[in-house]
Amino acid sequence: MKLLTHNMLTSKCMKAVTVGYPLAINASDVRVSEVDFNPDFIAKIIPKVDWAVLWNAAESIGQLEGLPKEIVENYENDQDFLKKAHHVLLEVDVINGELICPETGRKFPINNGIPNLLLNEDEV
Amino acid sequence: MNKIARKYLVWFAQEHTEFRSAEIDSLRAMLKTDMKPCDNPDTNAPYWIVESASETDLKRLVNRSVSIRSCFELWAHAKNIDDLHQKLRNYPRHLMEPYFQKDLSFKIQVETFCKHLTQKEKVNKLETFSYLPIKGPVKLTDPDVCLQYIEYYGTNANDPPEFPYFVFFGRWVAGGLRNLMKKLSLKTRKFIGNTSMDPQLSLLMANQAQVRSGDMVLDPFVGSGSLLVAAAEFGGYVIGGDIDYLMLHARTRPSRITQKERSADESIKANMDQYNLQHRYLDVLINDFALSFWRDNVEFDSIITDPPYGIREATERVGTNKENFKVSEEHLSSHIPAKIEYGISNIYKDLLNFSAKHLRLGGRLVCWFPVFREDYKEEGLPGHPCLDLVANCEQVLSKVTSRRLLTFEKIRQPEASELNLECNITDFREKYFIVREETRKERRTREARVRKENWIKSGKNKDNLIK
Repeated sequence: MKLLTHNMLTSKCMKAVTVGYPLAINASDVRVSEVDFNPDFIAKIIPKVDWAVLWNAAESIGQLEGLPKEIVENYENDQDFLKKAHHVLLEVDVINGELICPETGRKFPINNGIPNLLLNEDEV
Repeated sequence: MNKIARKYLVWFAQEHTEFRSAEIDSLRAMLKTDMKPCDNPDTNAPYWIVESASETDLKRLVNRSVSIRSCFELWAHAKNIDDLHQKLRNYPRHLMEPYFQKDLSFKIQVETFCKHLTQKEKVNKLETFSYLPIKGPVKLTDPDVCLQYIEYYGTNANDPPEFPYFVFFGRWVAGGLRNLMKKLSLKTRKFIGNTSMDPQLSLLMANQAQVRSGDMVLDPFVGSGSLLVAAAEFGGYVIGGDIDYLMLHARTRPSRITQKERSADESIKANMDQYNLQHRYLDVLINDFALSFWRDNVEFDSIITDPPYGIREATERVGTNKENFKVSEEHLSSHIPAKIEYGISNIYKDLLNFSAKHLRLGGRLVCWFPVFREDYKEEGLPGHPCLDLVANCEQVLSKVTSRRLLTFEKIRQPEASELNLECNITDFREKYFIVREETRKERRTREARVRKENWIKSGKNKDNLIK
């Protein structure tokens, strides 16, 4: 699971959960692999990302690699910034671990890079 | 500078012809090309004569098309061969000479549609063009200039006329995606499922969705990820969801008859690696589409999907019919959630509400919808006030059933009251099963009756002969 995906997930569909965001990450296996850099895509995706959530998620699994805490001004043309964002959004992959609902503590396992967000029949 | 529109011949593949117009419309709108058919094209014929002022734009469109085989700058066309030569001789010299330079290699190809010619006949035809003032050398593979001569004998291959209906001569400009379809063939793909979409239809769906480089594309019923492969080919960053844990972890029974078990490294990601598209693979998630885990303001550029129809793939969601059911503590870690029927009308209701909410403005939802042909009415299709149905093409599956490829475009943001709209869609499956059973039974009794009659007839005939 990439941190871009993590940024878009909530557990608000669960009973008794109001916000369910952000999900905490408990990573036991993180893989970093090189992904082709596409500055246009990164620049397009940055305004759609909840930056604080991304920064905290990256920090919680030790993958900040110098990512600024705030989006810099004129980021579209800042190659260095875009590359750092690219690394955190697309190159970091949580292979095994779990996502944790911030309100109920419900754990969603991540196996082989694939999060399992299925609820049990008594939770829906 | 005002460019003058020139005439081009667009030659289509005679396969899935029902999607042709919709695909060209989608590509024209996406690439903003000025290409337009000269007159109302004959829907049975495999070609259109079109006009375009920009060859570069036209090339981009042809390069992106699944339906188009190739495109030629039309130098001459006529109803008979003599007229064609006459017209070609009159084609302005200054327009052909740039392609007839000494340093440009060339070849002339002879093609016949719906009639077979021997190599010798083809060579004879080729020699009738010897009057062309070509100065360059002949080169059969990969020449600088490729000229094409086509004889069109209609579409009835069993009974072609003696002379062609139309003949064309032109310069090859661009080819469609036919080679990409070969590259993405399911036969050679690492990971496939029982209902993997073939590459031609997958690419077509991505074109209907107008996938552009850098788009974020979702398939909420992803299965083995065929639609993601096509979307990623066009530059889309792809993400998928599916309720089937075993499918996403590639632990279902293998779909290939020769394969006893799945190999350990099969996955949607492995398919992306195979086609060198791994950098556009975001993630796949195991989730129940009935319960959305997406942040409210997440926006996708397009949603491309083939939801389960409940015939070859089950329509399921998590749930139970037991009252007050509770998973016991001891079983919690290994519990596999029970599933109940999702229902086709609920799937489409959720899909349209989801798309109205999560598509960007102008983004497209492309999905298949199964119908019972006899009962089909456009009013019976799923719909949403924020989604405009821009294309609706039928693919016939059997005498009584078909599926329709629906393309919706988001035209406005939904109001709060429009986030969970009901839509009444008739479940076509009830009839599907009944009718199939009846026809099978009927067919068998009919066949038995015919056999018996023939047997009696032949017996009588023999009797007659003896007498």
